[in-house]
Amino acid sequence: MKTNKTKLNDKVNFVAPKLNKDKLKKYMMGSKDRQGFLPMLIKYILLIGIGFVYLYPLLYMISTSLMSLDDLLDASIKWIPSQFYMGNYKNAFKVMNFWNSLKDSLILAGLPTLLQVATCAVIGYGFARFEFRGKKIMLAILIFSFILPAQVTMMPTYVLFTNLKLIGTLHAFNLPALLGQGIKAQIFILIFYQFFKQVPQALIEAAHIDGAGYFRSFFRISLPSAAPAILVVFLFSIVWYWNESYLTTLFISGKGTSSANAWTSLVVELKNFESIYEQYNQGSQQQLGNINESIKMAGTMLSILPLLLMYVFLQKYFVESIDRTGITGE
Amino acid sequence: MKKNRKSKLKRRESLMGYVFVAPWMIGALVFLIVPLIQSFYYSLQNVKITPKGRVFHFIKFQNYTDIFRLDPLFLEDLTGYLLDTLLSVPVIVVFSLIIAMLLNGKMKGKGLFRTIYFLPVIVVSGPVMAQLADQGAASIPAMNVSAITSILGDLLPNLLVEPIVGLFNNMIMVLWYSGVQILIFLAAIQKIDSTLYEAAKIDGGSGWECFWKITLPTIKPMILLNAVYTVIFLSNNEQNVIITSIYNDMFAINRGYGFASAKAWVYSLVVCLLVIFIALLLRNKKDNYITEVKKEKKRIQKIEKERRQLRNRQARRSKGLKREGSN
Repeated sequence: MKTNKTKLNDKVNFVAPKLNKDKLKKYMMGSKDRQGFLPMLIKYILLIGIGFVYLYPLLYMISTSLMSLDDLLDASIKWIPSQFYMGNYKNAFKVMNFWNSLKDSLILAGLPTLLQVATCAVIGYGFARFEFRGKKIMLAILIFSFILPAQVTMMPTYVLFTNLKLIGTLHAFNLPALLGQGIKAQIFILIFYQFFKQVPQALIEAAHIDGAGYFRSFFRISLPSAAPAILVVFLFSIVWYWNESYLTTLFISGKGTSSANAWTSLVVELKNFESIYEQYNQGSQQQLGNINESIKMAGTMLSILPLLLMYVFLQKYFVESIDRTGITGE
Repeated sequence: MKKNRKSKLKRRESLMGYVFVAPWMIGALVFLIVPLIQSFYYSLQNVKITPKGRVFHFIKFQNYTDIFRLDPLFLEDLTGYLLDTLLSVPVIVVFSLIIAMLLNGKMKGKGLFRTIYFLPVIVVSGPVMAQLADQGAASIPAMNVSAITSILGDLLPNLLVEPIVGLFNNMIMVLWYSGVQILIFLAAIQKIDSTLYEAAKIDGGSGWECFWKITLPTIKPMILLNAVYTVIFLSNNEQNVIITSIYNDMFAINRGYGFASAKAWVYSLVVCLLVIFIALLLRNKKDNYITEVKKEKKRIQKIEKERRQLRNRQARRSKGLKREGSN
């Protein structure tokens, strides 16, 4: 860094000797209260470079999914296809039965999420606001259950759901969500816990003096102020439910049961994309071409497209709420 | 009277606490504690699914020994998982800290950059990542992995080379896994009081010093949190071979629930031990100042005790002298 600086200064001095050396140095390296040009430049280069690496799979996916078979085989075409070929999307669209799967995905992710947000808020409030015996142990169990891999409790839960005849129905997701045991519910409870701790106790006490009960002070005072936390939890929850294919295949699509039923989701379709593709080709009159990279990428793109769209719309609020949620605690 | 009313209020408060937490308590019982016990019970049984239902046959710890006897891949997978995780965790944590530092502070296009860097939080999912990795979109194309491999092969023992090469091969994947961690770090950094930095700058501290003396100590708990989160994320990930193998064993004819349960128990034990190891490694060591103060207090107490003993002895002796004198 130091050699760089002197070199730069020398060069500039040579070209324009009238320029104030100190001023330039200050401009380049920054002063105590202002960031300099050079660190800023490095920062931007780093951010853009790593940003590209971040976006690389996505860009790759988009570009490949738009390539026709000829483009795909042509070694000279790397990034930009010779024409925007939509055939892959058409094929993937048909094979994945897009509208139906989308509807299923929305329900599968949306309903448990709503339940999860509601119960986690209540539970988090309970932990944050009240003192009761055994709270510390309960919090310890909560954190322990976060560390524990879900696979340990999965089999008995599966048996339980089979006995209750819940496998293959949406209730297999709703019930745990309702009882604060949904996917990664522990994190959400902790987020709400942290957030409700920040609500000033005096505010709630004032409400009590004005005659509000426990529930009223929760619904009227604490909950409205928790809007950023609700948004963050909602977004995370829907994303995690959406992306969950393991439990979806186990509980909802019902792989192990005799009645593999109609419930599906975009991610599950993607997981079994190849076999579904083959099945489709065997089953239907109209044959599709052989599966290739581009079609797979188109399928991948389709399965995350709704999430991407949602993110584009919500990201501003999302980023803002992150700043205010106190996700991290103290 | 007053005390009574207060305790009544307290009792009502704690009762309301139970009411609010009740869903979780029921849930934890139904979906955590009972299944845990059942799962342990299964792991000691040979569970066969017959047309009449499940048939249990008690076989002690045979399932546990069978894992290593019948599934030679398991041990390999497990060591692979451990090495992978131990290598990925520092990379992910350090990387997300760097990104969070870069994203913090004033600059143009902050919103755009944040949008890009939070994107993996939304997109990352098992099948999507599997597809991307399949197509080779998970490794950075400009990086020459084979060169790295040959260099590492000379320097390191064989056991370590493979995971490191794997790490480089899946570099983008590793970066994509750090979405939530960036969020956590960013939120923590933003909470640091800016007056701290101002004071440090007035005293002549450079940005580098500020980072080591202010930022890092303040966010140290977050480093632990992120490391633990990363371990848990990597262990519960669908990309994880062990998870898939447990799932497959569950419905395999010759293995079944008992075998899968035993496997899950072994696996969770390993994960828990790993988390504990990392927690011990990164735990907040007690402040030097506080320990010094405690030492000093102990010393003073000790001196006081000796002094008291001395005084007592003297008093006794003088009493004795008096008695002698009176005699």
